[in-house]
Amino acid sequence: MADEEEKHGHNHDHKGIDADAHALEHIHDHDRQFQADIEDNEPEHYELMTYAIKELLVEKGHLSVDEIRRAQEKLDSWQPSRGAKIVARAWFDPDYKQRLLKDGNEAMSDFGVDAGGAKLTVLENTEDVHNVVVCTLCSCYPRSVLGLPPDWYRSKSYRARVVIEPREVLKEFGTDIDDEVTVRVHDSLADLRYLVIPKRPKGTEGWSEDKLASIVTRDSMVGVVNPSVS
Amino acid sequence: MLFGVEVAMKQRFQKGDMVSVLNTHPPGHRRTPYYCRGKLGEIERVCGEYKNPEELAYGFSGEPFKWLYRVRFNQAELWDHYSGSKGDTIDIDIYEHWLEAAT
Repeated sequence: MADEEEKHGHNHDHKGIDADAHALEHIHDHDRQFQADIEDNEPEHYELMTYAIKELLVEKGHLSVDEIRRAQEKLDSWQPSRGAKIVARAWFDPDYKQRLLKDGNEAMSDFGVDAGGAKLTVLENTEDVHNVVVCTLCSCYPRSVLGLPPDWYRSKSYRARVVIEPREVLKEFGTDIDDEVTVRVHDSLADLRYLVIPKRPKGTEGWSEDKLASIVTRDSMVGVVNPSVS
Repeated sequence: MLFGVEVAMKQRFQKGDMVSVLNTHPPGHRRTPYYCRGKLGEIERVCGEYKNPEELAYGFSGEPFKWLYRVRFNQAELWDHYSGSKGDTIDIDIYEHWLEAAT
């Protein structure tokens, strides 16, 4: 029983009617890993501040819990499919593309999308130029058309590397850019937000706007990949 | 400027002007990344007037408004050992008070 005692921390008989229940009770003694719960880590400073301000606003009657929840729900409802529709129309309708390049906010209002205070600046990928967007200081991102930014966009490694070795970073996304093509990085850190119109792939001639929208992915509108016809 | 309280300032730079970014390192909330400070670039476009985020960050009004530009830098100007193509660029949004005319 010496081995058994070592494993369990105590000596007992596993046989009998309660053996299963007992095994469950002591399951933590075995080499099992559990996925961490969200609350397992201590909240960070700004998280605590957020909770405190939220409670104060509610307590003082400035906002209701329901209003806050609705606002969060609204933010979550902003999805890259919005941007995809805009890009698909730009591919489909050259006049719309010109409007979009001239004034993103004006053109996106056709889809009922409001960028708020941010100025949506639209960049077009062509045979000669490939655009890619980053915010080196934080995580500025065109949320009104793409929703919340992915983790890789906010990561320090993407933010630090894409400005100094964009071609290597793009390669890691599976995107090889020819030497003759100019790579333009856009560091978005003020009042502008950037949306990339990727290159329309070959083989999409005669497609409807809806079908075109189906191949425009989030990452292609940040500029790290080119859409493809699978 | 709204309501005629202050006469709107005309922007100092136009598209195509060469500018250099101030090579200064004041403490606090700054929106001009270190990697372009002291570097030479070209005004790609004038974006309009915006409240100054470096003041807004501390609860001030952000006024007077600042002109915002997109400045285009050659990668080779920013990094000594840039390995990509010669024509590669970075466009950075920079407020006017960070820029001076380059000769």
